Amino acid sequence: MIKIKKLNKNFGKVEVLKELDLTIIKGGIFTILGPNGSGKTTLIKAILGMVIPNSGDIEIDGKSILKKYEYRNGINYLPQIANFPGNLTVNELIEMIKTLRNKPTKEKELIQLFRISPFMDKKLMNLSGGTKQKVNLILTFMFDSEIIILDEPTSGLDPVSLIQLKKIIQEEKEKGKTILITTHIMSFVEELSDEIVFILDGKIYFKGSVQELKIQTKENNIEHAIAHLLLKENV
Amino acid sequence: MLFLNNNVSKAVITLMNVIVVLTPLIGTIFGVMFYYNSKEFTELLLAQPLKRTTIFIGQYIGLATSLSLSLVLGLGIPFLVYGVIESTVIWNFASLLLVGVFLTFIFVSLAFNIALSNDNKIKGFGIAILMWLLLAVIYDGVFLISLMLFNDYPLDKFSLIACMFNPIDLSRILILLKLDISALLGYTGAVFQQFFGTSLGMIVSFLVLTLWIILPVWRIASKAKKKDF
Repeated sequence: MIKIKKLNKNFGKVEVLKELDLTIIKGGIFTILGPNGSGKTTLIKAILGMVIPNSGDIEIDGKSILKKYEYRNGINYLPQIANFPGNLTVNELIEMIKTLRNKPTKEKELIQLFRISPFMDKKLMNLSGGTKQKVNLILTFMFDSEIIILDEPTSGLDPVSLIQLKKIIQEEKEKGKTILITTHIMSFVEELSDEIVFILDGKIYFKGSVQELKIQTKENNIEHAIAHLLLKENV
Repeated sequence: MLFLNNNVSKAVITLMNVIVVLTPLIGTIFGVMFYYNSKEFTELLLAQPLKRTTIFIGQYIGLATSLSLSLVLGLGIPFLVYGVIESTVIWNFASLLLVGVFLTFIFVSLAFNIALSNDNKIKGFGIAILMWLLLAVIYDGVFLISLMLFNDYPLDKFSLIACMFNPIDLSRILILLKLDISALLGYTGAVFQQFFGTSLGMIVSFLVLTLWIILPVWRIASKAKKKDF
């Protein structure tokens, strides 16, 4: 369970997160939605300890994670932009990340699933954006961790890989994992998510299931429902 | 150079002038470049169960050690071939290499500090080069001018303290003390020798050089703990 209490974060004069409270129960798929610059990535990075909050607390399973690092062993994270050191080959990168965590991995089946094997000995700087994203996905899903955080997992993927990705996410959910996703693709949200967290200007404006969102906004289409939320709050 | 001089001791002095100016430059530029270039890699590591200080101090030690190694091997092998071991100046030569290693560690740590504090690459590079220019060239000039201007006052203490604040000056004095060539010591060196004597002077300057490593490295660690990525 992830519990976020009164989280504040400023970047200079810009307040990105304002007194944000959020509880994410164990198990299920949670999508974090919000317009660009609403603080989604900052929130995720705060959970990962990459951004250090100005005040507030984040707890995972009842323990504060601020200034700690061991807890990251239980988190798989897919960064938004697949930035890798260009002079390594795919194989070297996977081996290196494997040595950092002493855990069993399942990269072989993932390599087969995303059809990456022809690229294994290529340098990362020579790969296309989509292939890099696939490597990114392999690095994320090869460990068996309780919490999985995906920041824009769909960017640059071809339709076949997208279907594979959805399948993997469903499988992980069935194993009882907690999965956090940010995305702008609404069909993805509708298909997968158990609960929606809508962030605007660093605050949570809505938290509930897709069905609840539709009822509350009186819209049938999720895209319109989100737009409704946005417009209503802006007026 | 060795063949022209036919004297290892003189070669050491000539090399000293090169090392004292060039190793800081190389350390500074490589340090800043390495930090900015490995930013993506750092971000990848930050999401792994690793301590922040481990990541940054590890990168620092890795870079500084490899630069030092290339200095020691690059200079050491030719001199070994020439037969420096049998000559009497082996310790002078060794101290030269040691100072080179110290300077590399100092300037890589300073460069890391600058890069950590500036997310803008161009700005970071500019400040780093400026720092080198200041310590290697401008500092001496300002120092000399101030000595001339305040000629009427006792300046021993001032100049002693002033050269503590510049690792390049300090290394130069250290080597010259070791070589025991008072003619080349210059004003600060002479004061230094007078004040501390040769052996105590060397110990003090080594301690200050070590401090020049410890303080920036400590700042790298504390800065890394607070930074957002």
